[in-house]
Amino acid sequence: MATLDTSRPAAAELFAGLSLRTWKLVGLAAVLVAACILPFVISSYQLLLATQVIVYAVALLGLNILTGYNGQFSLGHGAFYAIGAYTTAILLDKTGIPYWATIPAAGMICLVMGFLFGLPALRLEGHYLALATFALAFAMPQLLKFKDFDFLTGGVQGIVITAPDPPAGLPIRADQWLYFFCLLWTVLLFLLGWNLLRGRTGRALVAIRDHPLAAATMGIDTARYKSFTFGVSAMYTGIAGALGALLAQFVSPDSFDLFLSIRFLVGIVVGGLASMGGVFFGAIFIEFVPNIADQLSKAAPQALYGGVLIACMYVMPSGVAGLVRGIGLRLKRWTAAGPP
Amino acid sequence: MQALLHQVLSGLANGGIYASVALALVMIYQSTHHVNFAQGEMATFSTYIAWQMINLGLPYWVAFLLTLVFAFVMGVAIERIIVRPFYKAPALSVVAVFIGLLLVINSLSGAIFDYTIKPFPSPFPTDAWYGSPYLSSHEVGMIFVTLVVLALVFAFFRFTPLGLAMRAAAENPVSSRLVGVRVGWMLALGWGLAGLIGAVAGMMTAPIVYLDPYMMFSVLLYGFAGALLGGIDNAWGAVLGGFIVGVLQNLAGAYLVGTELMVTVALVIIVGILVIKPAGLFGRTIVTRV
Repeated sequence: MATLDTSRPAAAELFAGLSLRTWKLVGLAAVLVAACILPFVISSYQLLLATQVIVYAVALLGLNILTGYNGQFSLGHGAFYAIGAYTTAILLDKTGIPYWATIPAAGMICLVMGFLFGLPALRLEGHYLALATFALAFAMPQLLKFKDFDFLTGGVQGIVITAPDPPAGLPIRADQWLYFFCLLWTVLLFLLGWNLLRGRTGRALVAIRDHPLAAATMGIDTARYKSFTFGVSAMYTGIAGALGALLAQFVSPDSFDLFLSIRFLVGIVVGGLASMGGVFFGAIFIEFVPNIADQLSKAAPQALYGGVLIACMYVMPSGVAGLVRGIGLRLKRWTAAGPP
Repeated sequence: MQALLHQVLSGLANGGIYASVALALVMIYQSTHHVNFAQGEMATFSTYIAWQMINLGLPYWVAFLLTLVFAFVMGVAIERIIVRPFYKAPALSVVAVFIGLLLVINSLSGAIFDYTIKPFPSPFPTDAWYGSPYLSSHEVGMIFVTLVVLALVFAFFRFTPLGLAMRAAAENPVSSRLVGVRVGWMLALGWGLAGLIGAVAGMMTAPIVYLDPYMMFSVLLYGFAGALLGGIDNAWGAVLGGFIVGVLQNLAGAYLVGTELMVTVALVIIVGILVIKPAGLFGRTIVTRV
């Protein structure tokens, strides 16, 4: 496997004198710069939404690693989001741990939880896994409300936490600081994910998705990879949950119901399965579209989610990312052939 | 002891509902290997139709029968129009479509009939002779209706040519097509029957839990648990599994974890079965040839 040539032929292609790879890097840098300027030009309400978008993007990346790349289902990632959020909230509420240290803690706990849930999930495929995770998403709010855990979780009332202050000496508001804090985590996790998926591990995950039997024959330890992926995926979503808790300054059982998990599914389907950039489209979709649809009627957001899920499967199975890629390919062919 | 008996009996009554839902799930699973996540929502929507007809002044049993017709047509239509193109699609697309259906039908119920909780009449008078301290008359009636439905479904599959054709289409679509069975329509009929059975379950549940768009959510989960427990490819097993889950749920709720963690019981049952005995109690173990 190590001898496989993975260098992309695209690197040789030129577009306006620069290679495609360079263009991609330039584009990425531009997006990052724009992301850093953003909090100083938009209102604090818009900033709240923007922060929520990048938090969702992390959660969606977690789910996409599992579903898009590894082909394992989860209708229950809202549960891991909840575990992450509650870990941060409980640590902030009960202990003196600084807020930034609670994020890795939430990630670790979700990693372990995800790994443990992934172990039985190894034996489940397709619909069965969807079923088991569906039940998990269903049971989560109940477990969080359970009275014997009240001393930790605060029961139905949930836990109120205070937003972190910016470090002394930085001349920015608390919400701007939180945005940068989340952005930092997002960049870190995307780098980690990119590293994970582009190499040997990523190929193994995709191989398991496309043909588990062939993958096993090639010497890939499918069981280990699958439970490992479940853990990593849960870790991403858990960290997103922890960041989301800091952002909302409040956690309560009913905000982590089945529909949160379904939102995540809608997000990766709309954004594009097995696409890292696509999760941002997905995150923007699940953050803004229901808010707009909500003004029509109470039923509209859900109907829209459902309709979009079905429509995507009909006409756009690779999501927005696939659409963009398709347009890019067409453009490239057009430039290669020369303008007519 | 009396309390225990009461718990077991009312567990059986609930179990009848779960058994119906489990049977509806199995019906679709057997022919297409799809797990219909929208089953509960289809049932809820049909129950709303029944509620509307009863409110318009139709006698209960007329509304009941008309609702069954509606549910059947709805099931067939959903299969023909929405699910058919995904017959051979990968599991991910199928589950996504079913979840989409769940959301759409749920929001339709909410949009048309609004989200307020509505009482739903029971056809069984509370002071009927078959009521007892152990089991209310509605619960007795519920068990009776469930058993009648199950018997009818059994008779349909066992004794009618159409039932035979449907079994054949589920068992071996290719050969069935060769001998002239219209497999596509058989699948659609299966969906129609599943919708019909679900509608019965919905109309029997509604008097107990009251009618609202989320009524069947947890029922669906218990139905899943029942179907898995009995073996999702075995109709009788699924029915029995539904009854067992009903009793287990009541006993666990009364003596073990309290009513707050009922759904978690379903989670434990589902994950437990899938891990220990994925084929269920009566299901076929699938051996894949490598």
